[in-house]
Amino acid sequence: MDPKEAKERMKIPRQDMPEQDPGERVRNFYEVAYGYTPEQAVTEARRCIQCKTPLCAAGCPVGIDIPWFVRLIAEGKFVEAAWKLKETNGLPAVCGRVCPQEDQCEKVCVTGKRGKPVSIGRLERFAADYEREHGETAIPEIPRRTGKKVAVIGGGPAGLTVAGDLVKRGHGVTVFEALHTPGGVLVYGIPEFRLPKNIVAAEVEYLRRMGVEMECNAVIGKLETIDELLSGGFDAVFIGTGAGLPYFMNIPGENLVGVYSANEYLTRVNLMRAYEFPEYDTPVIRGRRVVVVGGGNTAMDSARTALRLCPEEVTMIYRRSMEEMPARVEEIHHGAEEGLKFQFLTNPVRFVGDDEGRLKAVECVRMGLGSPDESGRRRPVPAEGSEFCMDCDVAIIAVGNGANPLIPQTTPDLKLTKWNNIVADGETGRTGKKGVFAGGDIVRGGATVILAMGDGRRAANSIHEYLTTGVW
Amino acid sequence: MFEIKEKKKLAHLVTLLRVKAPRIAEKRKAGQFVVLRLNEHGERIPLTIADSDPVEGTITIIVQEVGKTTALLSNKLEGDAILDVVGPLGRPTHIENYGTAVCVGGGIGTAVTYPIGRALKEAGCKVVSVIGSRTKDLLILEDEMRSVSDELFITTDDGSYGHHGFVTNVLEEFIAGKRKIGMVIAVGPVPMMRAVAQVTRPHGILTMVSLNPIMVDGTGMCGSCRVTIAGQNRFVCVDGPEFNGHEVDFNELIRRNRSYLKEERMAMEEFVYHEGARCYERRGD
Ligand SMILES: Cc1cc2nc3c(=O)[nH]c(=O)nc-3n(C[C@H](O)[C@H](O)[C@H](O)COP(=O)(O)OP(=O)(O)OC[C@H]3O[C@@H](n4cnc5c(N)ncnc54)[C@H](O)[C@@H]3O)c2cc1C
Ligand SMILES: Cc1cc2nc3c(=O)[nH]c(=O)nc-3n(C[C@H](O)[C@H](O)[C@H](O)COP(=O)(O)OP(=O)(O)OC[C@H]3O[C@@H](n4cnc5c(N)ncnc54)[C@H](O)[C@@H]3O)c2cc1C
Ligand code: SF4
Ligand code: SF4
Ligand code: FES
Repeated sequence: MDPKEAKERMKIPRQDMPEQDPGERVRNFYEVAYGYTPEQAVTEARRCIQCKTPLCAAGCPVGIDIPWFVRLIAEGKFVEAAWKLKETNGLPAVCGRVCPQEDQCEKVCVTGKRGKPVSIGRLERFAADYEREHGETAIPEIPRRTGKKVAVIGGGPAGLTVAGDLVKRGHGVTVFEALHTPGGVLVYGIPEFRLPKNIVAAEVEYLRRMGVEMECNAVIGKLETIDELLSGGFDAVFIGTGAGLPYFMNIPGENLVGVYSANEYLTRVNLMRAYEFPEYDTPVIRGRRVVVVGGGNTAMDSARTALRLCPEEVTMIYRRSMEEMPARVEEIHHGAEEGLKFQFLTNPVRFVGDDEGRLKAVECVRMGLGSPDESGRRRPVPAEGSEFCMDCDVAIIAVGNGANPLIPQTTPDLKLTKWNNIVADGETGRTGKKGVFAGGDIVRGGATVILAMGDGRRAANSIHEYLTTGVW
Repeated sequence: MFEIKEKKKLAHLVTLLRVKAPRIAEKRKAGQFVVLRLNEHGERIPLTIADSDPVEGTITIIVQEVGKTTALLSNKLEGDAILDVVGPLGRPTHIENYGTAVCVGGGIGTAVTYPIGRALKEAGCKVVSVIGSRTKDLLILEDEMRSVSDELFITTDDGSYGHHGFVTNVLEEFIAGKRKIGMVIAVGPVPMMRAVAQVTRPHGILTMVSLNPIMVDGTGMCGSCRVTIAGQNRFVCVDGPEFNGHEVDFNELIRRNRSYLKEERMAMEEFVYHEGARCYERRGD
């Protein structure tokens, strides 16, 4: 691109994405952001100066050819842009919404050096939505069947990626999912207002149409073990079971009625639709004063979900300060707009109940920041004598997840880390067990959607190689 | 979809259903359960697998109507289908030859003691069973329990059948008779299991109980089913459902099971109002 043109383009202001008004949206579960109009998308795409060596692509864990798809949008070829995306990313409508772009592709975009970076995530979302809404989802041609069969355990982003990549190469793929719907955290954890469930359902439907078999209600380790799958006709197995085991804090009163793990709270509301109770049968305690413990995406999603169930007050309790919060900046901003309150440098020490065992208050202690720990962040230390009580009738604990034991228990020859994550090679996804691969949160601990998908992509490549050569 | 092959009424508000689920039927062991969801709007609820027939590919569940989901399920007809059934979940009962094993079943809990009693019998135990209910009409599985037991005692709270009194009365007498007991397994309402554990504790008799907390996923992902066992948080769906009764915090379990009383009542009222009339008419009772 000639420098004059580039200069002109750099002058175009970053296009804001229209959103529901905070006062309005906090009373519903509709998506917060509406997405770009075609005009906005074209304008935004024109901000990209089409770098010869695009830094942005290197910042994307799956290496999407960003300048290419952005150029297609700038030229008004929206459907082609979506197809381009799908060459490297099976779930663009999802990633465009939930990727921490500000830490990945957009962080390194050159336009961001002086002004604001190109809104890569929003453009990705736009192209994928456009394709879906205009019914132009093309089913790629599937090569001749190889006759090989692969079992994918877990229908989260990692498993779905493996399934898509392998079915496109002619292998038979069955996804075994424990819950009644595939999607993993995308359906049970991330709320409707951030990622509408019909988007995930459309992606799953797309895989089905390509020939992936989805078997829900199938808990591997219980219904069948990995060894039984391998001896029963599957040539390889991919484990993508996620990080689904909620940690508690082990403080008094944690089993009072009204104290939830974030997983339970979000599953009730998202997967089981408790926000539409009694239309839907699953209840959830809405509460008058809600506290959420933690500072990550899960805590943020819980807090913003709680806000929508209309209590009087929702407060986040985090033991470090705002700067250290791992949640996405955009989401913290959204939460604050919606009336979320924060208690930083604070940690719960005890939950207090009434005589029926229902939560009525939480006792907290103030924290000071000491010297930096292994993660480089300053270690919070309790300030003695600073204890105080807050009234609350619902508490949601979002302090992290561990690895589910069902598969390791029934597959003794799988190697585990000391946190019970499965050990797998970072490049190939191979575990120490022949024919068995793993990736996503079950290997990494809680990470991100796109990292899980990247693992899936690499594992699919090495599964394909293993199936073709037979060499382990 | 999982088809209902057979339906039988066992007692007032207690129904037996045989459901087509071939893979679960093949895999399940005594003590395990399924989680099911009736329809798109439905709740996920756990139910014990009372029996299975691997040849026919069916599992048997015995359900007591206590709220909306169990009422809807009891009102299903042969040929109807259940949307989702997942299992077999939980750890199977630990079965070994204990010498004399006592199976205590209270109310619907007898549905759980039956497969366990049979497995113990097959392992060579001398099986003594004590089953009880509030009144004669509520007693279930008497013949089945008799068929797997060397001795069978029956109690009713109102004395309308068998011994007049509670299952714990019989158990106490049995212990007083100096008969050597290898282990006791008790399944029933939480207060009953708590009472059984209290009876056996002074004698140091191994006492297993099958817990019934509120569950959602049944796979260890949500933590809804947590119960304090020996001072530690345990997830009943993956670590249980059976635990040493002397280590269970029963009072906490009782309180947690009352979490949604208000909501459950509301759901039931709506249900009876909108659909109940029709279903009860169809059923004719
Ligand atoms: C509330 C919340 C918000 C988040 N927000 C973001 C975000 O904004 N951006 C982002 O990038 N990341 C976010 N994350 C993290 C991200 O969702 C995960 O890193 C990602 O989903 C991991 O994908 P996965 O495929 O490894 O596992 P999962 O998504 O956990 O899927 C695993 C699947 O396996 C199934 N399964 C488990 N055990 C078995 C078994 N034995 N048999 C059969 N099936 C089984 C589970 O039911 C589940 O469906 C968030 C996480 C949470 C909890
Ligand atoms: C491992 C296990 C095995 C069980 N086996 C049987 C069985 O064989 N036969 C049988 O009749 N019942 C069994 N139950 C109990 C059964 O799950 C509940 O009666 C049922 O969920 C009630 O649902 P409802 O909508 O009809 O009633 P609701 O009105 O919702 O609730 C009535 C009562 O059921 C309990 N309950 C409600 N929702 C749940 C839930 N999701 N999970 C567990 N309990 C809940 C509540 O404590 C409440 O007191 C078992 C429970 C567990 C945990
Ligand atoms: S997948 Fe994520 S990191 Fe990659 S380009 Fe899209 S938004 Fe950026
Ligand atoms: S770094 Fe930014 S400007 Fe350069 S190609 Fe990527 S998106 Fe376009
Ligand atoms: S029911 Fe969710 S962890 Fe046991």
